[in-house]
Amino acid sequence: MTAYAWLLVALPLAGAAVLLLGGKRTNAWGHLLGTAMSLGSFGVGVATLIEMLAKTAEERETIIHLWDWIVVGTFHVPVALQLDQLSISFVLLITGVGSLIHIYSIGYMAHDENRRKFFAYLNLFIAAMLVLVLANNYMLLYVGWEGVGLASYLLIGFWIHKPSAATAAKKAFVVNRVGDVGLSLAVMLMFTAFGTVTFGEVNAAAESASTQTATWIGLALLLAACGKSAQFPLQSWLLDAMEGPTPVSALIHAATMVTAGVYLIARSHAIYDIAPIAQTAVIVIGGITLIMGAIIGTAKDDIKKGLAGSTMSQIGYMILGVGLGPVGYVFALFHLITHGFFKAGMFLGAGSVMHGMHDDVNMRHYGNLRTAMKITYATFGMGFLAIIGIPPFAGFWSKDEIIRAAFSHSPLTGIVTLIGAGITAFYMTRMMAMTFFGTARWQDDVHPHESPKSMTIPMMILSIGSAFGGMLLLFVANIESWLEPVVGFEHAHGGPDSSVLIPVTLTIVAIGAMMGWVQYAKREVPLLAPTDVSIFTKAARADLYGDTFNEAVFMRPGQYLTRSLVYVDNKVVDGVVNGTAGLVGVVAAQLRRTQTGFVRSYALVMVLGVVVIGAIAAIVGMA
Amino acid sequence: MNNVAIPILALGLIAGAFAVFSVAIASITGPKRYNRARVDAYECGIEPTPQPMGGGRIPVKYYLTAMLFIVFDIEIVFLYPWAVSFDSLGIFGLFEMFLFSASVLVVYAYVWRRGGLEWD
Amino acid sequence: MSSALIADITAPSVNYYMLAPILIVLGGAVLSVLVEAFYPRESRRSAQIALVLTTLVVAFLAVLNIKVDAILGFTIVNSLAIDGVSVFLQGLIILSALVGALLISENRIDPLGDAFAAQSSALPGSEDELAFTERGWYQTEIWSLFLFSVGGMLIFPIANDLLTLFVALEVMSLPLYLLVGMARRRRLLSQEAALKYFVLGAFSSAFMLYGSALVYGFANSVELGDIAKALSASAANSNLMLVGGIFILIGLLFKVGAAPFHQWTPDVYQGAPTAITAFMSAGTKVAAFGALLRVFYVALSGLAWDLSAVLWAIAIITMLVGTIIGVAQSDIKRMLAYSSIAHAGFLLLGVIAQSKAALDGSLFYLAGYAFTSLGAFAVVSLVRDASGEANHLGQWAGLGKRSPVIASVFTLFLLALAGIPLTSGFVGKFAVFAAAYEKGLAPLVVVAVIASAIAGFFYVRVIVLMFFTDASGDEVSVVVPSFATAAAITITAVVTIVLGVIPQPVFDLLSNALFLK
Repeated sequence: MTAYAWLLVALPLAGAAVLLLGGKRTNAWGHLLGTAMSLGSFGVGVATLIEMLAKTAEERETIIHLWDWIVVGTFHVPVALQLDQLSISFVLLITGVGSLIHIYSIGYMAHDENRRKFFAYLNLFIAAMLVLVLANNYMLLYVGWEGVGLASYLLIGFWIHKPSAATAAKKAFVVNRVGDVGLSLAVMLMFTAFGTVTFGEVNAAAESASTQTATWIGLALLLAACGKSAQFPLQSWLLDAMEGPTPVSALIHAATMVTAGVYLIARSHAIYDIAPIAQTAVIVIGGITLIMGAIIGTAKDDIKKGLAGSTMSQIGYMILGVGLGPVGYVFALFHLITHGFFKAGMFLGAGSVMHGMHDDVNMRHYGNLRTAMKITYATFGMGFLAIIGIPPFAGFWSKDEIIRAAFSHSPLTGIVTLIGAGITAFYMTRMMAMTFFGTARWQDDVHPHESPKSMTIPMMILSIGSAFGGMLLLFVANIESWLEPVVGFEHAHGGPDSSVLIPVTLTIVAIGAMMGWVQYAKREVPLLAPTDVSIFTKAARADLYGDTFNEAVFMRPGQYLTRSLVYVDNKVVDGVVNGTAGLVGVVAAQLRRTQTGFVRSYALVMVLGVVVIGAIAAIVGMA
Repeated sequence: MNNVAIPILALGLIAGAFAVFSVAIASITGPKRYNRARVDAYECGIEPTPQPMGGGRIPVKYYLTAMLFIVFDIEIVFLYPWAVSFDSLGIFGLFEMFLFSASVLVVYAYVWRRGGLEWD
Repeated sequence: MSSALIADITAPSVNYYMLAPILIVLGGAVLSVLVEAFYPRESRRSAQIALVLTTLVVAFLAVLNIKVDAILGFTIVNSLAIDGVSVFLQGLIILSALVGALLISENRIDPLGDAFAAQSSALPGSEDELAFTERGWYQTEIWSLFLFSVGGMLIFPIANDLLTLFVALEVMSLPLYLLVGMARRRRLLSQEAALKYFVLGAFSSAFMLYGSALVYGFANSVELGDIAKALSASAANSNLMLVGGIFILIGLLFKVGAAPFHQWTPDVYQGAPTAITAFMSAGTKVAAFGALLRVFYVALSGLAWDLSAVLWAIAIITMLVGTIIGVAQSDIKRMLAYSSIAHAGFLLLGVIAQSKAALDGSLFYLAGYAFTSLGAFAVVSLVRDASGEANHLGQWAGLGKRSPVIASVFTLFLLALAGIPLTSGFVGKFAVFAAAYEKGLAPLVVVAVIASAIAGFFYVRVIVLMFFTDASGDEVSVVVPSFATAAAITITAVVTIVLGVIPQPVFDLLSNALFLK
């Protein structure tokens, strides 16, 4: 089966192509084809895994060379797939959770007239994401990286009739470009330093590279990871991305795409292992985002945005984990997989709640839904127990290992992860209480009801993963030794012992949960968000001023620059149009005004240019 | 080198002196009767610039004629150096010059067929 | 007269195989003038189209013949250099011209006829104009002009001395000045563009000619190889040579549209008939960059250090001007014009880098850009309202719903211009940037990457507009074109993808493309 691994990508890609090119003719069965392609890809993944299990640990890595992409001089980039323990884990997560979400979407999008297109984009996403994780070099990874960005952009803006969705899509796109600059810089640096961009060769060459080179590459890769994984300071797009349909939020913006940054850093472990400065930067970014996301999560009344804040925070854990080096790689990836299960499950649960509540996302209008939506309540509850880290649910095992590894690095990082765990318990309890407990605060014409089977069954499967996934991976699949050949593994030394740490962690979690419970389940939740709140709550509601920050640092200077240049250029439309989406409003009158370009002023500019050029040449000549 | 430059210089001086002499002698000896036609440039009956009353654009025919003149002018310019070194260029030069003339003739044919030679 | 005054003139040896592509195209142009003169008006248009297409195909076969038989060397007293680069560029120019000819021949999308004025001598808005239009006349001289211009383009990048370079520049440009001013719709805009292009073009030609004179004063020769020799032989820096070299570069930089000599680009691209804009943006860019690369690699490499500061400044300004002002555009053709300026800036990296990899990258980049640009302008010509092309970006809103196929194809071209992977634009950009990086031009590469990211914004803005914005209510429609335009769009789209997915054959082709020195 390994030889047919290209089918993994080809199947969903073919699905996307048929659905996009087939047009309306495929409306009737498009969603079924899309789901079948995703399931087919999952099947190939499982078959590949079985084949891989039969081999010894050293033989499991296989490179499947498809064709030569670019050969220029010494520079050689193949299109080749790398099948190893790391990529196959991702393949199964992507196609497995992806297939469940395809199935869920059949019901969720049943009444959407563009359902076929939705499935086409989903298939496109699956294909691109698989390219990202199966690539055996950074260039091909870049293709997948851009591909998932495109699919994410298309899906966030799927409901184009909502201006907020279009704006959110654009924002995601622009912020991700900032991150992409990092990836392209990293690729070029690697090429200059090592003469290759293949994972294997880069990792081999990195061992003898200078610390300085590795640090720069590491920082550039971190910038890329920040963009894709919504880490500080490029986090702001993720909250807005919740404008997309909920299955998209579950698949792309919780379980898979946003974890690509973690994958990127884990793949580049050889570079980080020799670049302590870059590693520290990774830990700092992860720590900041971990706390930031959690705080944002405490203040959101929108159930999806609350979950989005939580996603940021959990990815912060993973980024922090991969920053710890060999003691953390395996557990960060472990947490990535368990998180994929429970967060996707909770997002689907949120979608199910919205389905029953006329697409209302405000948790202040929920309450006491456990009676009306029993299955959703139960599955969401499993996810809840998993994320706050109650044993034996999945999140407990993975998060506990990260906390232990963090303590072995330094007490400070350990405490940050502990505080994060406490806040997580608080906001998740708040979400649980506001949605499923307390008194019903439903709007007048809303009659909550349980969702159809096609939606609840994927939720149930994911909740099983949330419950037992952690134990299965840790004790049955033995994830430490499974991933060790790829990313390396060391046992954590130093720091407090498990017998101390686990009770402490659980106590902090319990305190957080109690506070949430007392505040939101025992007391009445006001229908409107209180306005007389502390500045901290205000800051959290405003996403900790992430947008304000971006505006001040990235957007304003850009706009000023554009405007002043436009003024110099003297013949373009008003500055008002710059950077805004509403170009529609500009009319023909302004078109005429663009024609005030006088040929004499052009000639003058040319002469001035000649003079300046002459001056530069003269100065250089003298120097 | 000097022996070649001196006659050319002399010729230039003579030409310049003649021009100055003609203008000067005419203004001294000639009768002084003024009318409107005398102050027109070139005295050929065409107003050089569009006039506010009864004037207008210069007929495009003048432009066409001038263009046609330039075409043949250029041809003659190229014929001179060829003629001077005809001996050393031989058949090759003859053939190339023939091609050159033929292509200019194509232009002439185009102008002729398009009515560029008809004045009215 | 003493024989010492007449230089010893001998008949030059001419290799007609090497000249074949140029002779065929120029011969076709002369024939086309005869067709103008002697063919009856009714069948003139179809005869011209047949003649032009045949000429170009035969000329392409002639280029292939040179390639296959590897007939390389100098000819006509070293004034033309036929080498690997020449063959690639000539082939590329002829293919661009073929696609351009298909676009120019289009007469279905406008109910009044093709994209050119029925009789361009008629005053805009006059009764004469109306009469000619109603008679259904075509201005068939465009075909002769087109072929002459292609002839100039074929000579420009292979000229091995400064005089031939200058003559080729004029042969290429003069017909283009006319073609730019002959649009059927918005004639005043078109004529204004033509005049601007002409005046500024003449201005830049003057710089180039003056520069050639100065260089001749330094090197005692106008041959590129001799200039290089003179440069390496002279120990001290010569200001004469430096100023001359800069002036020649200015003439070339004007043609490629580099800042601060770029300002004609948006006006001309906007005013010209779109088919001509398409042809110019591909053909002129390829020819001018070919010439720039040759002059810089062959003649001026000895000046590289003295010129580096100047070229760095020009490259940076060009990239930034192209992308940042491009963001503020509301006219699709102007936006593509600024995009072309930005691409000129990216390509300058390949000129500055001076290595085999940079040369390969630049040539590949040119090939990718030529087809993408042709395709993008072809699509622009299809989106129309009652008064002609709907060039205002606002009118493109919601196009994705009305015409998903055209909107998707345009998206492909935009992605290629933005340099997204799996398109030709990405591979070209990557090859040029990587080569520049290897030569230690890291700061330039960083600026280029940032500029690409900014440029990505304005391409994506159009995609957003087409797919995610509701139509403004204007009566804008996508016209179903004739076979010619459909074929042109298909060819360019396929090339854009194929060069992005399997670029290797082209790089193989380029592996022995070197300049003859």
